Amino acid sequence: MQVLAKTARASALRSCMRSFASAALEKPVLNKEFKIYRWNPDEPAKKPTLQSYTIDLNQTGPMVLDALIKIKNEVDPTLTFRRSCREGICGSCAMNIDGQNTLACLCRIDRNPAKNSKIYPLPHMYIVKDLVPDLTLFYKQYKSIKPYLQNDNLPEQGEYLQTQEDRKKLDGLYECILCACCSTSCPSYWWNQDEYLGPATLMQAYRWIADSRDSYGAQRKEQLQNEMSMYRCHTIFNCARTCPKGLNPAEAIAKIKLELAAD
Amino acid sequence: MMSARVGLSSVTRRVAFAPIIGRNQIALRTVIPKRGVQIQSLPSSASEEILNAQRLKRPSSPHFTIYQPQLTWLSSIANRATGGALSALLYGFSLAYLVAPGTFDSAHIVEFVAGLPDYVKYTGKIILAAPFTFHFWNGLRHLSWDTGKFLSLKGAYRAGYAVLGATAVSTVALVLM
Repeated sequence: MQVLAKTARASALRSCMRSFASAALEKPVLNKEFKIYRWNPDEPAKKPTLQSYTIDLNQTGPMVLDALIKIKNEVDPTLTFRRSCREGICGSCAMNIDGQNTLACLCRIDRNPAKNSKIYPLPHMYIVKDLVPDLTLFYKQYKSIKPYLQNDNLPEQGEYLQTQEDRKKLDGLYECILCACCSTSCPSYWWNQDEYLGPATLMQAYRWIADSRDSYGAQRKEQLQNEMSMYRCHTIFNCARTCPKGLNPAEAIAKIKLELAAD
Repeated sequence: MMSARVGLSSVTRRVAFAPIIGRNQIALRTVIPKRGVQIQSLPSSASEEILNAQRLKRPSSPHFTIYQPQLTWLSSIANRATGGALSALLYGFSLAYLVAPGTFDSAHIVEFVAGLPDYVKYTGKIILAAPFTFHFWNGLRHLSWDTGKFLSLKGAYRAGYAVLGATAVSTVALVLM
């Protein structure tokens, strides 16, 4: 009896799998063209070009990162890009997709086969290879604002405490994953990135200014009190528009400006 | 086994069938290259130089030419352009008046404009009124940001569309004046 049930289950499973397999085969081909920015440091004299790849969307995952991985696995292993978590928390796969900076892993493929999809690296950055920009300066700028708790008055015991209202002030600031989408969408950052800190770094500067547990607010503000570091922000709002995490660096910078004006 | 993995199998096979003299170890070492790829040994201090040499040649990725047109940055550029144009007009006219007060005084300008055909008058009015009104309304948008209003993305967009609407209405009003 038991054996019979087992075989029945097995055959049901087999027929189920067969129907899955045939369904996968029956899916119509939906070809879409991806145009991807290529530049190879081994041939530095060659100008960057857009290379075209056409893949079947019905054999690809839903996100642009899935398409990139498919191209790298099956079409062209020399295609180079950063990726890690594939769920929008590491910030590695930040790139410019169809004209807007976003994370490839959070960006759905536009399934219209008539329109090609253009993929560039983050704008106005030095390119290491293909879709990989050099983020050295970006990280240096982040380091320059001392992104850690500074407080000379140690609590008598345990940890620094703060009220729930004070903790609420950090919501919308601490979630930043430093993917650099916002900074590289900012025209001010394009023209002045050697001196202007950019939206991502400035929002983190505000995250520490706004933290009630930090006692170095005055020094932090003093550091921004010059023509270039923060005041190159012209409230353009590209940063808030492009942020893949839905944060608002423009608002954070405006709040720093208000605080500096009140000083 | 190992030789097969690094791609030397054909070489070793050839050697196996070669005359006995060819199997002489010293001769072999000179005949068969150890690897197909030549590697140059460099001190670790050289890495920075190589990196800098590469950095000199690397391109900068494209920016405003590929970025999606959005109300955010286009209204910002328009604000700058109209501000610059209006300033140029103001300073240009003032300087011209200083240099040649006889030609650029009100009476002469009224006389000059009155002689123009209607379509030139209206086009000229639009060209003057549109940048002025846009800059005026968008200036208010910037001032409200500086006082902490409309700072959400939605607020910024609403204010942007309001500026465009107000610009259209006030341009028409000024042109019909």
